[in-house]
Amino acid sequence: MSTRQFGEPVQRNADPALLKGEGAFIDDISLPGALHAAFVRSEHARARIRSIDISAAESLPDVVAVYTADTIGALDVELPMLIPHPCITSGGKTQRPLARDDVFYAGQCIAMVVAVDRYTAEDACSVVEVAYEPLPVELDLEKAIADGAPPVHDDIPNNVAAHFVQESGDADAAFAAAEHTTTVRVRLERSTAAPMECRAVAARWDGVSGELTVWDSTQATISVRGGLASLFDIDEDRIRVIAPNVGGGFGQKIMMFHPDEILVPFAAMQLDRPVKYIEDRVENFIGASQERAQIHEISLAAKKDGTVLGLRDSFIHDTGAFIPYGIAIAQVASTSIAGPYRIPDIWVEMTLVYTPCVQVTPYRGCGRPQACFAIERALDRLADELGIDRTEIRRRNFIGPGEFPYEREGLLFADGLAVNYDSGEYEKALDLITETVDLAGFRKEQEAARAEGRYLGFGIGFYVEGTGLGPYEGGHVKVHPITGKVYVTTGLTSQGQGHETVFAQIAADQVGCDVRDVIFVEGDTQAHEWGVATFASRAAVVSGNAIHKAAVKARARIIAAAANMLETGEDSIELRDGRAWIVDGNRSVSLAEIATASNPLRYAFNEASQTATQFAPASTHDGPPLAEGQAPGIEETDYFSPSHATWAYGVHAAIVEFFPDTCGMEIKRYLCIHDCGNMINPMIVEGQVMGGIGQGIGGAFYERCAFDGNGTPLAANFMDFLMPYATEVPDAEILHMETPSPLNPLGIKGVGEAGTIPVSQVVASAMEDAFAPLGIAPVRESPMSPDMIHGLLAEAQSRR
Amino acid sequence: MKPALFDYVAPETVEAAVAALAGDETARPLAGGQSLIPTMNFRLSAPGRLVDLRRIEALRGIAVADGTIRVGAMTRHRELETHEGANRANPLIGEVLDNVAHIAIRNRGTVGGSIAHADSAAELPCLLVATGGTVSVQGPDGSREIGADDLFRFHMTTSLAQTEILTEVRIPALPPGTGYAFEEFARRRGDYALAGVCTLLTVEDGRCGEARIAACGIGARPVRLAAAEDALRGRAVDDAARADAGEAAREYMTAPADMQAGVAYRTDLLAALVRRTVATAARRAGG
Repeated sequence: MSTRQFGEPVQRNADPALLKGEGAFIDDISLPGALHAAFVRSEHARARIRSIDISAAESLPDVVAVYTADTIGALDVELPMLIPHPCITSGGKTQRPLARDDVFYAGQCIAMVVAVDRYTAEDACSVVEVAYEPLPVELDLEKAIADGAPPVHDDIPNNVAAHFVQESGDADAAFAAAEHTTTVRVRLERSTAAPMECRAVAARWDGVSGELTVWDSTQATISVRGGLASLFDIDEDRIRVIAPNVGGGFGQKIMMFHPDEILVPFAAMQLDRPVKYIEDRVENFIGASQERAQIHEISLAAKKDGTVLGLRDSFIHDTGAFIPYGIAIAQVASTSIAGPYRIPDIWVEMTLVYTPCVQVTPYRGCGRPQACFAIERALDRLADELGIDRTEIRRRNFIGPGEFPYEREGLLFADGLAVNYDSGEYEKALDLITETVDLAGFRKEQEAARAEGRYLGFGIGFYVEGTGLGPYEGGHVKVHPITGKVYVTTGLTSQGQGHETVFAQIAADQVGCDVRDVIFVEGDTQAHEWGVATFASRAAVVSGNAIHKAAVKARARIIAAAANMLETGEDSIELRDGRAWIVDGNRSVSLAEIATASNPLRYAFNEASQTATQFAPASTHDGPPLAEGQAPGIEETDYFSPSHATWAYGVHAAIVEFFPDTCGMEIKRYLCIHDCGNMINPMIVEGQVMGGIGQGIGGAFYERCAFDGNGTPLAANFMDFLMPYATEVPDAEILHMETPSPLNPLGIKGVGEAGTIPVSQVVASAMEDAFAPLGIAPVRESPMSPDMIHGLLAEAQSRR
Repeated sequence: MKPALFDYVAPETVEAAVAALAGDETARPLAGGQSLIPTMNFRLSAPGRLVDLRRIEALRGIAVADGTIRVGAMTRHRELETHEGANRANPLIGEVLDNVAHIAIRNRGTVGGSIAHADSAAELPCLLVATGGTVSVQGPDGSREIGADDLFRFHMTTSLAQTEILTEVRIPALPPGTGYAFEEFARRRGDYALAGVCTLLTVEDGRCGEARIAACGIGARPVRLAAAEDALRGRAVDDAARADAGEAAREYMTAPADMQAGVAYRTDLLAALVRRTVATAARRAGG
């Protein structure tokens, strides 16, 4: 057999081109004669538009068109409600491509200018005159749902976008039986994904063939094509959507449609010229989806020994001015709230609130960091109140390895299915991290440091992550008859995760070729028609297993054909090095020869194909060249549709030094134990986890989408939105555990979002531990900051 | 993030550059472009003409002589940071420049550009104030010299006229035995500091002799912390003296609260940085 590629740290196929600057992002794609779009955006969070005067802009030289809601015809509609849910008030509000009558957040698109270049388009935007009548706003989530708060939408009372309760077991009974209860309120603020490449769209209309080609930095090409076909009333086969190299998505690019995704193709068709829109950084900060703001009030019902009997959580979720993605984020938060803990009785209430800010849709983590912060902060508090060690209280509540599958009946996850944890070794993970960090040794070090006036703290956070949601993905595997290379496609898109490498590993294992001889194509509706998208840590699980299933079928066909060609039994064939070999023999045929011989030909164009003309030597029958029911070549397609989400998990810990004089912090050690089932490529898993930790550190201590009282965004560039640099992100020590998932043939779970989830908890927990001698109040907010540390220390000092 | 239309000229002499500025009151000199170009891209500024100084050989180079480090205005940060003679004459320079943004930015940013830009949180203006440096400027009526105390008027505002170009920065060498320290606190390494403090002092017979302390990021311009200096002179530089210097610094805090720091925090931070830099400088002074 060839060496199995699954599980190997294979170098990423995509990297050489990207590292040499040979990638092709949308702005790199040359479209001769292309026009460029720019947008006039609202300066107010909430206002009536009195008038829009585009005359000065239209009269500028080299301006080709200026569009407003009045001139985009059938597109002047509310955009699709992507994920409806019965609990959403009045069906839910979505935005129009260009504002009509009202604006609902600062940054909302009011007009689109199309000009010969972006400079001119921005010049024209600056002379579009919009007269506003500003309206009152309320940005505080709790005040926004109070009676009399200014409405974001006139017909939505109390700004409540949705209200929903989920229950598992009987929380009232648990609280009645409790020996101790504790309640904690936590608040997380708005943040944003800030991908390295902002969003981008380009479109070309071919009026002769009636074909529309759209390059979109989306995570969901197939869904975008469906939406465009519907909005423009064009047959799907006339629309091709391509996501070329994309520089990060983190969920922001799963949201469709941002207005430009529709208006750019529209302008290309209207003007019969290619049109490009490259979102700039400011636009990404004010006009692209954001996430994270929630306030949880969580209560735990416990016995004196720390056993948690029940959980109640009531939380408010900021959905922004619109709710196109439904309740997905809040639903993920509500179903992740009990973490890895047995807690049999759960009651969770969510209230989604409209605020005059850009819409909230999933950002890496998608409700899980919020839920993790709530339950883990509450558990730390419970431990402190009961005088139990913070690690020990977790140990006492873990779901044991013998208790899987563990269902939380009544809690529905984002796939609409019951929460059902499939496998895990939670206690083992906790043991591994406390041993690795040498907690006992650290306590001595901490004590010695305190004697010198230094403050070191240990923080820990556990999380679970439902991954690999349905509905399904497909895999297509084909052997090229001429080159013998293996061509693999799926309906996903990549934003840099390494799909091309891990999926090549899966296919190569079955067909017995080198990973480098797999050609992998995704992000192109013409290459693969059926599928969903890249989101929710699902790509490896769903497409990975689909490709595996297709490759298993291709393997069977290769072996059958090779056995016939080599005149031996199928049991005597092994596949390696791109060839089929007789076991223990030295005769072999190449994949190219097998694929050629499996395809009856009329014309010979190379040596291998001479044998395939008129008849197929790989065929075993005496009938027509292609037997009834047989397809030519080596080509297979299959699909994988998971029964429900598979639950990954992990635990992070850190040793952090806090400096009471500057209120800064330094992460001395950061450890992560992570279990995503069988790993296809541990190097890529590690990269995903490390990237997530970096993003989590940003979320814990640096990044914040702040707004002033009028709803004006205050962090619209990287000087104010503090994405951490390499200097702020320590080298994490990442250790893997592999508990296979029983839910799919490869036994894998998702990993994309894992690293981000528990970081805020880890930092908060470490801060409390470090400053315990100073008696600071519990840490209840994320992100934390030096200013916040200063406040905690000052408050503690005033109490002493 | 594309700038508005502007004219661009790149003269080869200071005289020609001054003439180009004088001909258009919306004209601005372009040095390293690390501050001006982003503001143009954000359309926060829209000069009608950029007068690029990069071709003017006379504005380049570093000379150390007679107790003064003379730095041509167009000298890149990184050239000064790595210049052995300059750092030997005044080791505070390297310590300050290590905190200025990142190497990529220091490779482009210029010493004169940073000082003329006069960001109140920037490190080089603070260095100039702490060391008592001067600058030369040239305008249509000839050249003149401006001391650091008279140069910085307000955030991003100097006493230069629109038609004047800053041509040279002069930083005094440190007298032998002078202890020095610069420390700042920024949210991220290389960011503009929430506060930064430059301290120079001498220690004679166990007591502080001369002391010069300046801070950035705490008001509308870099400030000498004279009361903190007074709290040190003539005293042993011990915990109590350091604490008093820190306390005395508080009165200079005039920055309003912003997204990253409230006034109470920034004031405590200033005091902490004074204590920290005084300790380091005293140690280096042999005290």
